[in-house]
Amino acid sequence: MKARLKGKRIVICAGSGGVGKTTTSAALSMGLAAEGRRVAVVTIDPARRLATALGLEELGNEPVLVDPERFAGHGIEMRGELWAMMLDAKRTFDELIERLAPDAATRDEVLSNRIYQQLSGAVAGSQEFTAVAKLYELDRSGKFDVLVLDTPPSRNALDFLDAPDRLTGFFEGRALRVFLAPTGLAARVVGRGTSVVFGILKRLTGVDLLEDLGVFFRALGGLIDGFKERAEGVKALLSDPATTFLVITSPEREPVEEAVFFASKLRDARMAFGGLVVNRVHSVDGGPPEADLDALEAALGDARLAAKVARAYAEERALAERDAAAIAALRARTGEDDPVVVPQLDGDVHDIDGLVRVHAHLFGDQPTRTIRGGRQRPSTTAARGS
Amino acid sequence: MDDLLARDLVVVTGKGGVGKSTVAAALGLAAARRGRRTIVAEVARRDDVSRALGGTGVHARPGAAGGGPGEDELAPGLHHLSIDPEDALDEYLVEQLPTRALADALRGSRTFGLFAAATPGMRELLTVGKAWELAQPARRSPGADPYDLVVLDAPATGHGVAVLAAPRTFAEITRVGRVARQGRTIDAMLSDPARTGVVAVARPEEMPVTEALALEQAVRATIGLDVGLVVANAVLPQRFSAADAAVLDAAADGGAPVRAARAAHARARAQRSQLRRLRRHARAPVATLPLLPAPALGRDELERLATALEAAL
Repeated sequence: MKARLKGKRIVICAGSGGVGKTTTSAALSMGLAAEGRRVAVVTIDPARRLATALGLEELGNEPVLVDPERFAGHGIEMRGELWAMMLDAKRTFDELIERLAPDAATRDEVLSNRIYQQLSGAVAGSQEFTAVAKLYELDRSGKFDVLVLDTPPSRNALDFLDAPDRLTGFFEGRALRVFLAPTGLAARVVGRGTSVVFGILKRLTGVDLLEDLGVFFRALGGLIDGFKERAEGVKALLSDPATTFLVITSPEREPVEEAVFFASKLRDARMAFGGLVVNRVHSVDGGPPEADLDALEAALGDARLAAKVARAYAEERALAERDAAAIAALRARTGEDDPVVVPQLDGDVHDIDGLVRVHAHLFGDQPTRTIRGGRQRPSTTAARGS
Repeated sequence: MDDLLARDLVVVTGKGGVGKSTVAAALGLAAARRGRRTIVAEVARRDDVSRALGGTGVHARPGAAGGGPGEDELAPGLHHLSIDPEDALDEYLVEQLPTRALADALRGSRTFGLFAAATPGMRELLTVGKAWELAQPARRSPGADPYDLVVLDAPATGHGVAVLAAPRTFAEITRVGRVARQGRTIDAMLSDPARTGVVAVARPEEMPVTEALALEQAVRATIGLDVGLVVANAVLPQRFSAADAAVLDAAADGGAPVRAARAAHARARAQRSQLRRLRRHARAPVATLPLLPAPALGRDELERLATALEAAL
């Protein structure tokens, strides 16, 4: 992992929901910070997993320095700084409008518009857009050596890549021009439009929605140059040679399909596919095909328990085989020969010890001190052995 | 809760990756077994349910065998549709406008296309509107039969709530006109506990449990409905007692099988504590589904899960 991230300023962790993106982002950031760099990790997960992991009661919309004392006694030496933030999509959107609005009247008009309020809320795509917008802002601030972004828990990771393009496209004429043109929809709403389309629309939606839309787009017109510049900056940032995408997945079917798809889209878009992290991998450490019941009974002194152990082993083995097959398929289909494999851990990762365990697997080295629960073998051996 | 499958619409949501599609498919199978004509509707270009049940991906022709466009029968009485907001918009316009030519004119219009694409929340509205349409006694497509039950495999938590809230939001924004009236009609169904049930899916892990609990609050706050059932998915068997675990820990060497048993026990214990937390704080009843150690869930596994859900219902 160290080699993959060498010289990278921006690391984007992408993948479908529930595969451990947030944990991976946090452990990765911790590792880079431990090496002496100033790292900011931006997380979006509404469950605030990172906040729990880092013991932060509240993550605002700006990065906060994680107290280095938190790492003391956990087998990790923090030589740099770890900053963490939890993205607030609505607030990021509002701040962007405030910054770009030419005057207070325009700002207020946009912020109080009902269409805007819906756009900046929970609508699909708003998190993706604000995440990259925030990334861009933090990069421009020059305060950090590395930025790590944990992407929104979207079902389709591609929405994320499309976000800046959709926005640029949107502002390069298209919808906006129609609404802003002297004979456009906004004008027709205000004046008396007679076109067939407008007539039908009015019948369906009533005039209020059209008026709100008209006001929204007109007000946005004042922000257009700033928005366009920003969206182009964001796009350039995503293709920057110092930016890399890590695709995170679990060995389950749907996340694997998503990972393969995302890796191919990254290549199509000529963005850097920096590697694959496979979380939650089961392994039986090269054990026998079946448990030897007699040997187990001898070791445990209990036939009933030996039978239960044999069953548990058979299930673990079935999962290990499923996972090995998934990793083989991922290697073949993404062209990533050496995915980083993180084993299924014995419990949730919700504290520094947990992050240290994940970190050890990501960076392929066991920390100096024995970590509680760190029984599994680290790194990529599970994949190679399959 | 025992009447969950007797409603018109069941919306399945929860944190990403917890197995929403699996639970939606199992609920659909359970309903079909009871003789209810059921459809599982997926969103966001996904076909997970169809794939798991051996769907061909080849969609029925419009109106074929009592199904609307894109509606496949995957098992006796169990149908499937991957909702496409664009198609839903076409259907809607054809129904709303006096002539097909007018609908085509509107769809062909650049202005309208931009309006539809640029209006925030439009996709969410069209998605939930289509789910509502599937459950109506009179279908929009000529010759399409209505369904007794629609199981909506909704997006993950936050976006799932946005989908549920879309009709109400649009009705509030537009106030008057047809969209406002229709928004209120759909919202009336969504917020009626006799007609709509919401199922929150979690895994017995910290964050999915937290999200399922937050979801109960959010659904009540946005549409005034109580989550009807919480499903804890992929639950490991509780195979070892504390005494067993002590023996396993003390065993000097049992090789890979004992190590695997110890790890499985540790994971099951972590799950059990999350399951306790879920049961303690959830207002809805909590059903559990076992983790099936199969390479990929297919029809047999889904049938087993449907049986497990039936027992819990």
